[in-house]
Amino acid sequence: MTGLIVLLLMLVFIAREVLPLLTDPQVTLSTLLMPQVGRDGKPAQWLWQPLSLVPKVSLVPLVVGSLKVASVAMVLASPVGVAAAIFSSEFAPRRLRELLKPMIELLAGIPSVVLGFFASATLASALHAVFAWPYRLNATVAGVAMALAIVPIVFTVTEDALRAVPSSYREASFALGATRWATAWRIVLPAAGPGVLGALVLAFGRAIGETMIVLMASGNAPMVTPSLTDSTRTLSATIAAEMGEVVAGTTHASMLYLLGIVLFVLNLVLNGTVGSWARERVQRHRGRFA
Amino acid sequence: MRREHRLNQLFAGLTGLSAALIIAGLGVVLIDALIGGWGTLSWRFFTQGPGDEVTEGGVFPAIYGTAVLTLIMTLAVMPLGVATAVYLHEYASPTSRLARLARSAINNLAGVPSIVFGLFGLGFFVHTLGAGVDRIAGHGLRFAQPGLLWGALTLALLTLPIVIVNTEEALRSVSVDQRMASLALGATRAQTLFRVVLPGALPGIMTAAILAVSRGASEVAPVLLTGAAYSMPNLPTGLSSQFMHLGYHAYVLATQAPDVEAARPMMYATVLVLLMLTFALNVLAILVRARSRQAGA
Repeated sequence: MTGLIVLLLMLVFIAREVLPLLTDPQVTLSTLLMPQVGRDGKPAQWLWQPLSLVPKVSLVPLVVGSLKVASVAMVLASPVGVAAAIFSSEFAPRRLRELLKPMIELLAGIPSVVLGFFASATLASALHAVFAWPYRLNATVAGVAMALAIVPIVFTVTEDALRAVPSSYREASFALGATRWATAWRIVLPAAGPGVLGALVLAFGRAIGETMIVLMASGNAPMVTPSLTDSTRTLSATIAAEMGEVVAGTTHASMLYLLGIVLFVLNLVLNGTVGSWARERVQRHRGRFA
Repeated sequence: MRREHRLNQLFAGLTGLSAALIIAGLGVVLIDALIGGWGTLSWRFFTQGPGDEVTEGGVFPAIYGTAVLTLIMTLAVMPLGVATAVYLHEYASPTSRLARLARSAINNLAGVPSIVFGLFGLGFFVHTLGAGVDRIAGHGLRFAQPGLLWGALTLALLTLPIVIVNTEEALRSVSVDQRMASLALGATRAQTLFRVVLPGALPGIMTAAILAVSRGASEVAPVLLTGAAYSMPNLPTGLSSQFMHLGYHAYVLATQAPDVEAARPMMYATVLVLLMLTFALNVLAILVRARSRQAGA
């Protein structure tokens, strides 16, 4: 009950702060999404400069930034997390598994501000020393730290899904002479497919919404570039960085709430579609064969 | 056959390596914080406030602020969360539309980014509730600005799904036999709930509380918008005061210090204290849960 009420309240009270944008001439679908031609005749581009004389409030640089960091994190965390879950569920002896799971829970318990600090202080310098990227803080630095934040989610949810696969599947496969790896790869993993997909979606959602890591380690320059090693500003970091100094009631303040709505709705969509489908499928496995 | 065996070993090795990689990541973060911060930890660091320079003094006000914040949060979230879990698990029929809706709302709430909770806390608690309180009490600007109470309530909403989900799991662990026995002896449903079910679920509910505190103490993004302060001359005096916060303090040192190199030891030490705090809480939660599972089995 309370959950439902809180969710509705959230939507109502954040939306209320966004309403003024509907009548704001500076904010239209075109200024939010399409490249805009500047006064000085430069080519049209996407800009996030909410404090300039003519505020430029394109969502594109921020969405691109969020996607950059999240994709780096997903590319790193998905294979490692899923493989580690297979190891824990299918290969590891019981005692090793009982050691592994709490350790990964501890990783999940590390505050994101600590990961952000680690990324900006230590990781950024180390990567800079090796690769000498033009920006010390960039999407990849933030993405690597973000991978540490989401890999426990990938691991835990995937492991749950793998262990929900009835042992009769494995026994049937072994009885036909299949090895452990063939059983894990051809039988257990496909059977747990929806759960694994759910894990990845959940992790992606977390990577998009996570704030402190990107705020501290991504460099925070809102640019639309193809490079993953450029300084990057995300939706979440923009809210955190600009809300403190914003003047209440301005276009800028409403824009920050709008960014919040984007994050909120994205979570609802991910959770409501793929997330609930995956949960249902995993439940069904459990229900039928438990 | 031989090839199959090789493949088997290769696959086991690769997946094992992935697991080792994750643990290595954990290790690197911990060791980095330990090496950077251990030397700065001292009695004074825990008991004093920040000095005039970022290179001296301690973090006592930040520890105090975090503790009071999470205490108020716990007082708010536990009754609400436990009551919701009791309703969902003990009273609602599992197929009822309301219960299904509530469950999916809780799932959604768990995925909402923490910064959005911060926005909501600002828009709802500070700008709406706070402004209302100030208008009714007529004492000028007090609650219509970010402060301890609003930060704590925002965190309470953030940790609500954790409490509900873990409490439900705890209720599930109380066997049907025990409930039946109690009802057969003539106890009412309410008596059974308060004398049998809740005491039986107590370790699990404790786990829920510890996990909520650990999460609440480590979230920075929501309190960034709802009441954390750079630095304060005094400790918070009331529910409407702003407060210093360990995580926020670490963020401020790392991003706003005028001389980053000089502030480095303080930064690492602050991060280390925050890490030790959340680790202690998480280990405690793992132990309590392991103990209660053993007792249950």
